[in-house]
Order: sequence, then C-alpha cells, then structure tokens
Amino acid sequence: MPWPLAVPALIGVLFLLVPLVGLLVRAPWSGLSRILSDAGVTSALRLSLVCATAATAISLVLGVPLAWALARVRLRGISALRALVTLPLVLPPVVGGVALLLALGRHGLVGQYLDSWFGITLPFTTAGVVVAETFVAMPFLIITVEGAFRSADRGLEEAARTLGASRMTVFRRVTLPMVAPSLGAGAVLCWARALGEFGATITFAGNLPGVTQTMPLKVYLALESDPEAAIALSLVLLGVSVLVLAGLRDRWLRPSTPL
Amino acid sequence: MTTSPALHVHAEAQRDEFALRVALDVEPGRVLGVVGPNGAGKSTLLRTVAGLTPVTSGSLRLGGTVLDDAAAGVFVPVEKRPVGLVFQDYRLFPHLSVLDNVAFAPRSRGAHRTASREDARRRLERLGVEGLADRRPSQLSGGQAQRVALARALAAEPDVLLLDEPLAALDAQTRADVRGELRRHLAEFPGVCLLVTHDPLEALILADELLVLEAGVVTQRGAPADVARRPATAYVASLVGLNLYAGTVVSDNTVTLPGGASISAATRGLTDVVLAAFRPSAVSVYLDPPGHGSPRNTWAGVVDSVELLTDRVRLHVTGAIAAYVDVTPAAVAELGITPGARVWLTVKSTEIDVYPAPASAA
Repeated sequence: MPWPLAVPALIGVLFLLVPLVGLLVRAPWSGLSRILSDAGVTSALRLSLVCATAATAISLVLGVPLAWALARVRLRGISALRALVTLPLVLPPVVGGVALLLALGRHGLVGQYLDSWFGITLPFTTAGVVVAETFVAMPFLIITVEGAFRSADRGLEEAARTLGASRMTVFRRVTLPMVAPSLGAGAVLCWARALGEFGATITFAGNLPGVTQTMPLKVYLALESDPEAAIALSLVLLGVSVLVLAGLRDRWLRPSTPL
Repeated sequence: MTTSPALHVHAEAQRDEFALRVALDVEPGRVLGVVGPNGAGKSTLLRTVAGLTPVTSGSLRLGGTVLDDAAAGVFVPVEKRPVGLVFQDYRLFPHLSVLDNVAFAPRSRGAHRTASREDARRRLERLGVEGLADRRPSQLSGGQAQRVALARALAAEPDVLLLDEPLAALDAQTRADVRGELRRHLAEFPGVCLLVTHDPLEALILADELLVLEAGVVTQRGAPADVARRPATAYVASLVGLNLYAGTVVSDNTVTLPGGASISAATRGLTDVVLAAFRPSAVSVYLDPPGHGSPRNTWAGVVDSVELLTDRVRLHVTGAIAAYVDVTPAAVAELGITPGARVWLTVKSTEIDVYPAPASAA
C-alpha cells in the first residue's frame, strides 16, 4: 500500500476507533450493574426501546407502500417527491423538531385540529417521541426498500400475473418476499436511527423523565450530574449498535444471501 | 370437458421501437409454431396475447370474448385472461418450493392452500417430477425447471398456452428428452398453443403448423413439411437448409434471376414471379468445365467458405448463382477444395422445385 494512502487511512481508523476505546477504558465496570438498575435508567431504556420499535412499525406501515410508489409509479415530479421524502436524512434533527412543532404543535398547522377535533396533543408526550423518531428514521427504511423495489425482478411479477394473481397478490406473495432482505436491513437501520434520535425528540417532545426522556437524552443530561452514569448508558447504546451491525452483516448485508 | 375457444389475433402492437402486425386464427388443440429471426416480434406476439403488451390497434379475441380491442376500449388485464405463459427463463419464484410454485395459480384464484397443494402434487406427478416438490427452484436442473414451469402454467388451466423458446435454455441431451415429453403434453392440451422457437427441429417436431414472423409481419404460414419443402423467404430457406431464389418465368421452363442468370427447371405453367429451391446436396462440383451431360444447369463460381457439418462438408459458392453445396469430406480431399477455389457447379432440372411466390414475400 503506497504511504500517501496508508497514512491517512491509518489516521482515519484511529480517529474512528479511539473514542470508542476511550469509552471502554473509562467505563465504570464495577459499578455498572448498580447504575443500570437505577429506576431512572431502566425507565429511559424501556422508553427508548418502546418508542424506537413503535417508530419502526409505523415506518414499515407507511414507508413500504411509499417506497413502492417511489420505485414504481411513473409520474412527473416523482423524483422531486423522492428528494423531499428523503430530506430528513440530511436535515439537522433539531430543525426537524422545530418543523414538527410548527406542524403538529398545539397551535400548529395540523396540530390545532388534532387538538380541537380529537383532543390529541402530541408535543411533550410519549406519542410525540414516536412521531419525532419516525420523522427522522423513516427515510432510512424508504431509501433501502425503494432501491430493492427498483431492482426487484419484474419478470417474476409478470409471471405471477399470468398465473392469475392480482396486483395486490403479486405484491404480497412475490414482490415483498423478493425485497425481504432489504426490508429487514431497512427496518434495522430505521430502528437504530430511532433509538439514537436526540435533536428532534428533545425539541418536539421535551425531556420529561419517564415520559419523553429516552436514552440519548438521559446520557446528555447525566454527563453533567453523574458522568459515570452517562458512560454506562453510552456503553449500553454502543452495545446495541454493535449488535445491530452484527445482525446486518450476518443476515442482510452479505452478498448473495440465499432466501 | 367443454371445448376450448379458438384464438383470433388481428392486431398491431408496439413494443419499444418495434411494431408487430399480425392476423392469425388458431383452432383449439392446435400447436402453432412461431419461428423467426431475433427481433422479429415472436416474444411481442406472446406478450400481446398474454396481456403484457397491449394492442395499439385491431383486436384480440378468444372465442366470443374480446380480450383486447384498442378502438372499443376493452382490455382484459393479464391476471383475468385464461392464458398461460411459460417463459424462456422459466421465472420460477425463488422463495417458494416447487410445490408452492405450481400451487401459485390455484391459490391466486382463491383456492384453499391444502387444495391447491394437492392439485399441484397431481400435476407434478403427471409430469413425472413429484419427487422435486419440496425443492427450491435454485436446486433444479434446467430440464427439471422446464417441467416445473410447464406444470405451473398448466395449473392455471388456461385456454391458451404460450411457450417462449421452451427448450432454448437446455443442453442438447436434455433438450432431446424434454422435447419428446413436451410433444406428449402438448398433444394432450385441449386449447390453443403458441410455441415460439428458433430451432427448426423443435418447430417441425412440436408444431402442427408453422408461422414465420419477420420484421413484425407474417411471411409464411403452413404445415411444417410444406414450409420446410417450399420456403417463402431467404430466412426460412436458411432455416431449413435449402437454396432459394426469387425470379421471373420468362419462357417455359426457364426462370430468370434478378442478376441475369437463369435457372432451367419445370415451371408447370407458372408465370410471373416465382421461387425456385433446391437442396445443397443436389449440386455437383467439378474443377473443370463439365462436358456435355444431362444436367440442364451449369455455372462457374468461387468457393468462399468450407464448413464441416457432422457427416458432410458444406461449401458456399459465389458466382452467377450463389449456392450452398453439400459434398462428402472425401470429395473435398480428393478435389482439394479450399476457399478461393474456382469450381463448376451443375444441378439437374428435376432437382429444382419451382413454386409461386407468396404475395407477402418479396
């Protein structure tokens, strides 16, 4: 390997790995179980898992049909729509949170009707956390699954139709199984992104312990009051990330995965 | 069993830049072999009948039912047509077992899972591949996949069966086996069958009738033996291995070719534009101008290619009348025939078949 490539590559590796090593070295290993059994910590952990899972479920229900439409519908402006839909990927999350407040807040564009017609208030509730996480994480699912829909073998769908399958049956019995690996990968990416969501959540849903205080929020706050707890919580999130990565690698990201 | 309806295609269809224009009627129980060069519209014809490519004008009917009529605004969608299509690449569903692939059609029509699987198992038995029921398509050989694809299409109980190059993906030995079986299954099939192929042998063995498509139009249609004996176009002639010339009858028993050369053969009262055909093996080759003899046709030429077929050598000779000539390997060795050799060719008049040129063939 020529050194003009080797040196930056090495620095890059160190840059990415040293912080993680720091986390592991400074972790309060002996007090770990005490910290993690703290009521505030377990409730934040539970809230995080519940909200991320709910956000992923909503993303699947809404995102899969949307991804299909983006991949298959031939209309003018569909590529502009694709760009808009995936905007949250690059949008600063805190901006997303502000936008959600303006749209779904009690006096927001849609929120005022949710409030006056249905009595539904989203900001500063657990549902609000789910909304914020879905907003930020769903595009991850959409782009992953859309690519799969786009490259899925249309010939198999034609074959299914000649065998008498309606378009919906073709989708359910042929298209969806074909994109299943990408669907899994997209769902995991989406879940991981939702789990780590900070900016949009704190802006839209606030930081109420037990109601909207998820793990990342708890980590950030603990850093001032109880650094050891912050490190322990970070360790948990790191562990989850490693698990997600391992899962993706073994089950979905390996080339030519047999179905 | 009620009789299956006849298929009537009188339509034009457009696929990409390509236009197909056909008028054809096929009776139930008949196998129509569709042959033609690449890009002639064979697959487009199948796709049009299946409903994957709509007609742009004209109509497509099955018995009294209109399946597609651009002017009348009728279009029966693919899944509602009683048309089965066996794709060249089979297109078996990779995520389903062989059994569930075959059970797919009855399931799609709302049959219960158990009933569909029983039906599928019976069909696999009929094709002699019931042992493959639990396999995935990726675990099948080409011949097995072909049988499963046929079973899957038949499970929809179609009135029209479309086969797109059904044996093209198989190796030579498997092809011979599957061809024999396919012939049996097609004989049992009560409906209309369209079989696209580019293999003349396949067409001759499997089809009751041949349809030749070239550049989107039908150039010849007839019994396989007639098509093989009297090709209407250069393409068909090359397919069945005949020398074919279009010419004009100028006087009794003389056909003049556009280049000026003439062929002596019995014209049996034909006039105007005719076709003249003879077998490559009907031609004799001489290194020197032959003396007086009975063959009425003698001309000079230059060998421009020499190709060894299984048991004989095929020469292509250019000259006043360019022709394929079959000789024995021994003759080639003895005469020292190589590309560039100057030769004389003779053909007896009785070896030349002269017949009217079909109106559509130029």
